[in-house]
Amino acid sequence: MNTLERNTRQAEVMAALQPLLPAHALLWQHEDTVPYECDGLTAYRQVPLLVALPETAGQVSAVLKACHALEVPVVVRGAGTGLSGGALPHALGVTLSLAKFNRILNVDPVARTAVVECGVRNLAISEAASPHGLYYAPDPSSQIACTIGGNVAENAGGVHCLKYGLTLHNVLGVRGFTASGEPVAFGSGSLDAPGLDLLALVVGSEGMLAVITEVTVKLLPKPAVARCIMASFDDVRKAGDAVAGVIAAGIIPAGLEMMDKPMIAAVEAFVHPGYDLGAEAILLCESDGTPEEVNEEIDRMLAVLTAFGATRVEVSQDETQRLRFWSGRKNAFPASGRISPDYMCMDSTIPRHRLADMLQAISEMEKKYGLRCANVFHAGDGNLHPLILYDANDPDQLRRCELFGADILETSVKMGGTVTGEHGVGVEKLSSMCVQFSPAEREHMLALKHAFDPAGLLNPGKVIPTLARCAEYGKMHVRRGLLAFAEIPRF
Amino acid sequence: MTPNLAQLIEQVRAAHNAQEPLEIRGGGTKAFYGEAPVGQVLDTRVHAGIVSYEPTELVVTAACGTSLSELEATLADKKQFLAFEPPHFAKGSTVGGMVAAGLSGPSRASAGAVRDHVLGATLLNGRGELMRFGGEVMKNVAGYDVSRVLTGSLGTLGVLIDVSLKVLPIAPATATLRFACNESSALTHLNAWGGQPLPLNASAWWNGALVIRLRGACASVQAAVARLRNAGGEWVEPALATPYWEGLRHQSGEFFENALAAVGYGTPLWRLSVPQTTPAIRLPGEQMIEWHGAQRWWSTSASASEVRRAAAAANGHATLFRANAKSVGVFTPLAPPLMAIHRSLKRSFDPSGMFNPGRMYPHL
Repeated sequence: MNTLERNTRQAEVMAALQPLLPAHALLWQHEDTVPYECDGLTAYRQVPLLVALPETAGQVSAVLKACHALEVPVVVRGAGTGLSGGALPHALGVTLSLAKFNRILNVDPVARTAVVECGVRNLAISEAASPHGLYYAPDPSSQIACTIGGNVAENAGGVHCLKYGLTLHNVLGVRGFTASGEPVAFGSGSLDAPGLDLLALVVGSEGMLAVITEVTVKLLPKPAVARCIMASFDDVRKAGDAVAGVIAAGIIPAGLEMMDKPMIAAVEAFVHPGYDLGAEAILLCESDGTPEEVNEEIDRMLAVLTAFGATRVEVSQDETQRLRFWSGRKNAFPASGRISPDYMCMDSTIPRHRLADMLQAISEMEKKYGLRCANVFHAGDGNLHPLILYDANDPDQLRRCELFGADILETSVKMGGTVTGEHGVGVEKLSSMCVQFSPAEREHMLALKHAFDPAGLLNPGKVIPTLARCAEYGKMHVRRGLLAFAEIPRF
Repeated sequence: MTPNLAQLIEQVRAAHNAQEPLEIRGGGTKAFYGEAPVGQVLDTRVHAGIVSYEPTELVVTAACGTSLSELEATLADKKQFLAFEPPHFAKGSTVGGMVAAGLSGPSRASAGAVRDHVLGATLLNGRGELMRFGGEVMKNVAGYDVSRVLTGSLGTLGVLIDVSLKVLPIAPATATLRFACNESSALTHLNAWGGQPLPLNASAWWNGALVIRLRGACASVQAAVARLRNAGGEWVEPALATPYWEGLRHQSGEFFENALAAVGYGTPLWRLSVPQTTPAIRLPGEQMIEWHGAQRWWSTSASASEVRRAAAAANGHATLFRANAKSVGVFTPLAPPLMAIHRSLKRSFDPSGMFNPGRMYPHL
């Protein structure tokens, strides 16, 4: 489409939306819409046709109805911290920013629920619940900035999801609108709802099935204490086996994270958390609950880690020390950015008992592709974040990096895993979806979208690759310094 | 592919071509649930067996026709279990039936439901195609979460061929306490305890007694028992507690025995799913409260509209769980936009509408 056609379309959509919104809630000039051109994945950019910032549910409905009538694609946006390009605008679409839906409507300490608008930040929910001794459990590392609406769209996790579950397990119901602007609710105030469990489909649907404006979440009593063990290993295989050993002992840690030697060196140089530079791998193993429970669990964990050959163990003695242990892990991404011009972040999940095999496979791939790779894992969940280090200015390195990444994802699928554990498919992993799902399975996902959004206007082109796309098959990379909100800890 | 699975697929294709309805059936232990089954029986028990089980992964994958008792025995050997305590109702229930019905037991309010533990599923759709959604890992956001929408779908979308479930280690300690109290103070207690870091795992109130189960690490269960005994709780020895919770789970205990007998005389058993904080619901008949107040069983002669009004007033819904006559509809009717989505989903999974037609809602 040429500029003239685009301008004509823009004028047409503007004319339809202007009567529905206050003047300041509709952006169309390039300097106003360009800040919306990407989300946390900055490698993909697209300026939208228009940006609408509705302030009331009525306005959301009206905008959706107008867009539906004109067959305009709608891309919903929260805080824009997503890492897979789920909020990448559509060239001929409206970006519907729900940032103004930022009110906490109700915190019910007796029912242990909170009703919040979609634009409320994840951490703000826990802050509002805190005076009642309650909190909202899922804690993606971007929680100071990311919104609950975005968390619902991505089925966000966090370092505590092995024990406390993902967004799906902590959301009771959502309200919003269908693609055609009709009010709709999924789930309910009780523990289940009649009919098919559509809430389970809407959570993690990356803005493609409905527009969510209100979320009811479960709140949990805050654990009285949390303590963390930092354990060193002289062999990554031993560390991987120790992870399986902890689970086999019947322990579900509040968090169980792993870093390999290159990553330990990178974060130690960056934030000085006091990591063991001689270790081949470090595990962070956390317990939370009542003081009695935590002491009991820490003792059991220590016994397992020692039995699996930990060369050094340290237990946090206070909250400052516990946070210091975590500071290295939480800064793994920016730390990698300091030791390499560029890195490509993977997000696959594999069965836990294959961790050591995967690390060995990655180390062989380093030789095969002639590139280094630093590894951080949500080991308890088997969710890997290998960071392939390369220089994007060298076309051959970029090519080898892409092959390396594809190799990791394909190996993950072969090991019985998945191409994305928590970052979502968005536009980033469209190609990888071709590896994991058959044409018939992808066809069913498209049919499922059609059931919610027959006109195909909500976030079109995301998550489910076309047949042509699968034939093409590409990869993406993250350039250092191009990660938006670089100051926010991630993962 | 085993010959038995090939035969299941063949039966589905034949029914699709002939446009004939199929009743997907495992052990038939939940035939009472939902609207009346119709069609030729597709017996899933021919496709049975545990496909894979790696205790350190906390995941088990089993074929649909696997006996639920066999699965639970296998897990128990490794000191693991299904944390949502699915009801069996009778001997012979299967893994596929458990997931298709989506019913959870006494621990549901604390430990989560079946759907929270389903990680993946292989589906045989209405065209006789096999498809795999989800997987065997805890964290997986690749594509829509289709396996979870199959949970509780009552077989209306297709045949579950195998399912992958998250399993958990059996907690080191369990204790049961009993409190003599009326309904209102039981609800007040439950909501207060729920907001504290107590290892509350299950609860039931009936006939002037609140019974609670604590489950977790030894130290925290011991501490909670000591505290709640001071609050009037009376310790129940395991020899009595274990059969009590089993009776609740499988609906074979005293309350359900009476309720089932009443069904025979024309008084249905309703299941009301309401917010936990809902105050006492006033209906004629007998009530059992579970799930810390979120699930209320009513053996009542009140009219369907009266029961549904009471549930709706509390922002919940009511299911005609067991009844001789179901002309009033089993499940609470859906809002029009939701029903439209249901119809469209049904068409895409099962174009000829042959799987368990009408089992959930008429014309679905």
